[in-house]
Amino acid sequence: MSFLRQIAAIIRKDIIAELRTKEMFSSMFVFALLAVVVFNFAFELRVADAATIAPGVLWVSVTFAGMLGLNRSFVLEKDRGCLDGLLLAPVDRSAIYFGKMLGNFLFITVVEAIILPIFSALFNVNLIQTWILVVLLLGTLGFSGVGTLFSAMAVHTRAREVLLPVLLFPVAVPALIAAVKLTAGLLDGQTVADMANWMQLLVAFDVILIAVSYMTFDYVVED
Amino acid sequence: MAAIEIRNLTKSFGSLLALRDVDLTVTEGEFLTLVGPNGAGKTTLIRIVATLSRPTSGEVWVDGWNLTDGAAEVRQCIGFISHQPLLYGDLTAEENLRFYSRMYGVPDPANRIEEVLEQVGLLARRRDAVRTFSRGMQQRLSIARAILHRPAVMLLDEPYTGLDQQAAAMLDEVMRAVGTASLTVLMTTHDLHRGLVMSDRVAVLSAGRLVYQALRADLDEASFRQVYREIVAV
Repeated sequence: MSFLRQIAAIIRKDIIAELRTKEMFSSMFVFALLAVVVFNFAFELRVADAATIAPGVLWVSVTFAGMLGLNRSFVLEKDRGCLDGLLLAPVDRSAIYFGKMLGNFLFITVVEAIILPIFSALFNVNLIQTWILVVLLLGTLGFSGVGTLFSAMAVHTRAREVLLPVLLFPVAVPALIAAVKLTAGLLDGQTVADMANWMQLLVAFDVILIAVSYMTFDYVVED
Repeated sequence: MAAIEIRNLTKSFGSLLALRDVDLTVTEGEFLTLVGPNGAGKTTLIRIVATLSRPTSGEVWVDGWNLTDGAAEVRQCIGFISHQPLLYGDLTAEENLRFYSRMYGVPDPANRIEEVLEQVGLLARRRDAVRTFSRGMQQRLSIARAILHRPAVMLLDEPYTGLDQQAAAMLDEVMRAVGTASLTVLMTTHDLHRGLVMSDRVAVLSAGRLVYQALRADLDEASFRQVYREIVAV
């Protein structure tokens, strides 16, 4: 029970800090919005059916915007030695991982919730469908899961803005491919049952990415 | 009884040996100051005791708990103050302490937070964001954070770094007011005067080795400075 309370304390602390500064949210939202608008203009004249490119554009926008948020996530902890403060707490280090991961997941999801209607309007596709939202959440979960681990790893380096995407994308690619395939299929009118293999792959990669991150976080954050 | 016991502690970063076979004991209620030049391994040693860094080899016990098997229990019984405040700049003093009280499972947190803020003289600034605090005020709040869960052992890593004379004197006063004298304290510093004045025992770390230990009662400042110069010059 105290494990959950400690996770909740970390998420609550991150939300209070974010509500005060809006640093993570504003950078992620502005980037995602710009990406969606630029892609919209870039493809408008050449693509007959926007639904063919929409899944790719959506996931490129989400992952690159999410990257900005993940980069900020541990930079805030590094400031004034707060990461040491967290690590000194008498908690299982996995509570710190899950607290930070769920906070990142929440912030990226909020950005997605705002960007999705704008995306749907600009590309004239209906993304507000239950299963597409489930896929979006599952993809974001896996991305946040492994992204939190690599963010904690990259924060100690000087080239963290470059290092994080270099580390993260190759590992997250299977989950992202499954998410793009599922989004495209659902937009084409297929059912989840038709694409059970991709859904299983996405769920399996979420579980693997989060489990491996959970097991290695302790070693990443200690000297 | 030993509150901190370090046996054959070695720490290497790649090919660099930061600590070499360090043996050190701090008894319950004792104030031990570890001095040494930059790069001697003081911070590495205190970070290992604080469970922030893993030893390459050797054993460490704090308040009877071994670092390997009981890291969470070790963390519960230590308070850590460094030259960084370990506080969130965008949260208020009270929000910071509330967060840490949740992490440490402090009973009756509202009263305890008020009590420690009163002790460090920051009760009136409880609702101000930490980033608006001066360096000295941040360090006082850092003390409040460190004693919030009533630790038995205090680890102080260069706590005076970046403080002017007045702020450093105030820090001494606050440390006395919060009762660090009754706790076991391991402090690292390169300020020989302050290290000597506050401690019951001093030890010198040089190039990762513990090269000298003496009781404060057996030393005067001049002779200690002489000994220190000779050791460090080697």
